[in-house]
Amino acid sequence: MLRVDNVSVAFDGCQALAGTRIEVAEGETLAVLGPSGSGKTTLLRVIAGLTRPDCGRVLLDGRDVTAVPAHARGIGLMFQDGVLFPHRDVAGNVEFGLRIAGVPREQRRRRVAEVLELVGLRGFEQRPVATLSGGEQQRVALSRALAPAPRALLLDEPLGSLDGPLRARLLDDLAEVFEAIGLTAVHVTHDVGEAFALGHRVAVMLEGRVVQCAPPDELWTRPRDEWTARFLGMTNVCELDGRRVVVRPEAVRLRRGDDVTVLSVERRGAVVHVRVRGDDGDEFEAVTTELDHPRAGGRVTIDIDPAGVVELEERPSPG
Amino acid sequence: MDRNGASVRLALGAAVALPGAFLGLFFAYPLGSILARGLTGDGSVELRPGVLWFSVWQAGASTALTLALGLPLAWVVARFDFPGRALVRALVVVPFVLPTVVVATAFLTLLPEGQQRGILPILAAHVFFNVAIVVRIVGGYWARIHPRLWEAAATLGAGPASRLRTVTLPVLAPALAAAAALVFLFSFTSFGVVLILGGPTRSTLETEIYYQAARMFDLRAAAVLSLVQLGCVGAIVGVAGRLDRCVAGARMVAPESDVLVRAQGRQRVVVAGILGAAAVGLGAPLAALVERSLSAPGGYGLTFYRALGEETPALLVVPWRAALNSLAFAAVATGMALVVGGIVAAAVARSRATWLDQFAMLPLGASAVMLGYGFVIAFDDPPLDLRSSPLLVPVAQALVAVPFVVRILTSALRSIDERLRDAAAVLGASRARVIREIDLPLVLRSFGLAAGFAFAISLGDFGATVFVARSDWPTVPVAIFRFLGRPGAENAGEAAALSVVLMTMTMAAMLAADRLGGGRRGL
Repeated sequence: MLRVDNVSVAFDGCQALAGTRIEVAEGETLAVLGPSGSGKTTLLRVIAGLTRPDCGRVLLDGRDVTAVPAHARGIGLMFQDGVLFPHRDVAGNVEFGLRIAGVPREQRRRRVAEVLELVGLRGFEQRPVATLSGGEQQRVALSRALAPAPRALLLDEPLGSLDGPLRARLLDDLAEVFEAIGLTAVHVTHDVGEAFALGHRVAVMLEGRVVQCAPPDELWTRPRDEWTARFLGMTNVCELDGRRVVVRPEAVRLRRGDDVTVLSVERRGAVVHVRVRGDDGDEFEAVTTELDHPRAGGRVTIDIDPAGVVELEERPSPG
Repeated sequence: MDRNGASVRLALGAAVALPGAFLGLFFAYPLGSILARGLTGDGSVELRPGVLWFSVWQAGASTALTLALGLPLAWVVARFDFPGRALVRALVVVPFVLPTVVVATAFLTLLPEGQQRGILPILAAHVFFNVAIVVRIVGGYWARIHPRLWEAAATLGAGPASRLRTVTLPVLAPALAAAAALVFLFSFTSFGVVLILGGPTRSTLETEIYYQAARMFDLRAAAVLSLVQLGCVGAIVGVAGRLDRCVAGARMVAPESDVLVRAQGRQRVVVAGILGAAAVGLGAPLAALVERSLSAPGGYGLTFYRALGEETPALLVVPWRAALNSLAFAAVATGMALVVGGIVAAAVARSRATWLDQFAMLPLGASAVMLGYGFVIAFDDPPLDLRSSPLLVPVAQALVAVPFVVRILTSALRSIDERLRDAAAVLGASRARVIREIDLPLVLRSFGLAAGFAFAISLGDFGATVFVARSDWPTVPVAIFRFLGRPGAENAGEAAALSVVLMTMTMAAMLAADRLGGGRRGL
C-alpha cells in the first residue's frame, strides 16, 4: 500500500538515506528501529513529502507521489514532542486538518469529539494546549493526526519525550487505537521494546539503509548480522567452528556446577540477567526467571541449547 | 507544481520590489547624494576640533554608567519574584520610547539653574534612556540561566563572590557586550539630548552635522562629517550585530518559575532599595516635567495648557496644530514602516544570509539627522523637488522606524518552530495557507508591538523631522525645540506642557499596541 523505493537523501554531503526500501501493507504497522542518526526521521519526512529525495520514489497505492507536496498527500504525521499549535486550543488543533479540507463546522465538532474520545481525552476541547501534561499533549497530537482520516499515519518517536509508567500506558493505548481503526502506520523509534510492542514487522535501520525487516519473533530468533544482534540487546557473539554466531541469552541455561564464574546478576523486571565468564575467558549472558538464581562470585555450569545459536552474516561494510 | 512555484516566486519578487524601491529612493539615494557631496568638490573643509573625540568619550562614559546603574535593576527583575514585577518590567521601557526632546526638557526642568547644560546632564539623560536596554537584554538573559548552574558551582565549593566571578559574569558576558554595544550606538548617535542639553560648546558628530547644514549652510562640511559618522556607526553596528547573534545562540532556557525566588532577610532590604532608587531615578525627571507644566505664574493651574491654543511668536501656527500634525504624520509613517519593515522581515527571516540582517540595521545607524540632511540635498532640485511636500516628514519618520520593525518582526518570525509549519503542511495546508494559519497569528502580538514602536518613534522623531518639516507644518518635537530656543518662563512652561502632551500620546500608543497584540493570546 505504501512503498519507498530506493530513496536517497543527502544533507550537506552527509548521506541520511542511502537507497532505502520499505514496504507497508494495508492495515499494517511497520516499526522502524535504529539508533539516532540512522536516517529514521528523514525517512518519515520523505514519506510525508516534507523532504524531497535526491533519487528514488515514494508510492502510495501504486501511484508515484514523489513530486506531490506534503499538503496534498493525505498522509498524517505525529511529531516527536507533539508540536501542537500554541495559538489554538485542543479543539482548534485537532480540527485543523478538517478545517483546511473545508469540512463544515458541525461535522468537525463531531469528529473532534470522536477522536478525542478515542485517545481518552473526552471533554478536553476548550483546554489551552499550554496547560496539558506531556502525555496529554502527545494524545492531542495523535488525535490531530488521526482526525482527517489519513491514508497512513507516520509516528516520529511519539513516546520519546515521556518516561516511566506514562510511556508504558501510552504505548498500550497506541497499540489499541491502531488495532481499533485498522490503521496503516509507520512508527519510528530507537527503543527495541517499543518497536516489538507496536510493529507487526520491524525494519532495522543503520546508516540510511534497512539492514533487516521481519516480524518481531523472527527478528529476535534470526538476527541477520552482529550489529543487529547487538542492537537488539544480544551480547553473546562468538566464534563457533570458524563461524560467527550469536547465542540468544534465553538459550544459555544455568545449572549447579563448577565450570564458570558468575560476574554479575541484574534483575530487569520479571527476568534476571546473569553474566558469567568461563575459565577460557569467554563471557556469556543468560536470562532466568528463577527466584533461586545464582549470586555474583559463585560458580555454575552452563548448557547451550543449539536451537538458540544463530549464524550471523558478515555485514557488507557500509558505503 | 512548477507553475505554482513560479507564481509564488513572482509574488515574492513583487513583494520584494516594493520595499526595495522605497528604500532605494528614500534611503540609498539621499545617502548617495551625501557621499557624492562629501567626496567631490574642492576646497578644504574646516572642522571644529574635538568633535569626534567628544562623540566617542561621551558615548563610552554613557555606556559605562548605564551598565553600572542598570545591572542591579536587571538582577532584581531577573531573579526575584515580588508583587508588581510585571509592571516594573513594563515601566522600565517607558523612558526608552519617550521622545528625546521630552527627556531633554524634563532634565532642563529638573536640574538647578546654571547646571542645566553640560556633560553631566547629557550623561544623566543617556542613562535614563538606555537603562531599559540593560534591564531587558541582560535581565532577560539572566532570567534564563538555570539556577542549577549556581547550585553546581556551590557544591563544587564556590562561594557567592567566587560564583559571581566564575559563573555569572562569564555566562552573562555575551548579553553584557550586546547591551553595551547598543547603548554605545544610541549614545553615539544621540541628537536631541546633546543639542538641547549640551549647550553651545558641546558638539558631537551628530549635532555638528546639524549645525553645519542648518546654521552655517556649509553643506560640504556636513557631508564630510556624515561620512565620518557613517564609518563609525557602520563599525558599531557590525560589532553589535555579531554580539547580538551570540546572545540569540545561547540556550539555557529555564522556566521562569524555576528561576524566580522571593527575597528573604537582608535581600529584601537590598531589593527594595534598588527598586526604590530606580523609581526615583526614572520618575523624578518626568515628575519635574509635569510639575513645571502645571506651575503657572499665580500658583498651580492649566495656564500653559490653555496657552497651547493661542498664537505664539515661537511658531507660525497655534501649538495644538502641531499635535494634530504629529498624530497624522506618525499614523502615515507607521503604515509605511509596517509594510516595508514587514516585507523586509519576512525576507530576512527566511534567508540565512546574515548581511541582509546587517543591511536592515543600517538606517538605525545612518542616524535620523543624516537621513534628514540627505533628504535636504537629494530632493532639492527637479525632478525630485520634494522639499515643500509635507509627505517627506512621514517618509523620513518611517525610515527611522523601519529597523525597529524589522528587528521585532524578524525575531518573532524566527522564533516560530519550523515543525509547526511542517505539521500544518502535513495536515493539508498549502504554503499560502501555512502563512495565514501559522505565521500571521503567531507574529500578531509582535506586529502590535512593532506598530506601537513605529508610532512612538515617529511621534518622537526630532533628528530627521527638524530638517524636513515645513515651518507651517511643525510636529510637536519641533515645536518644543522652538519654545526652548526662546527666553522666558512663558516659553519654558509651554515647552513643558507640550512635552507632557507628547509623553502622554507616546505612552497611549504603546499601551494600545500592547492591548492590540496581547488580547488574543490570552496571556
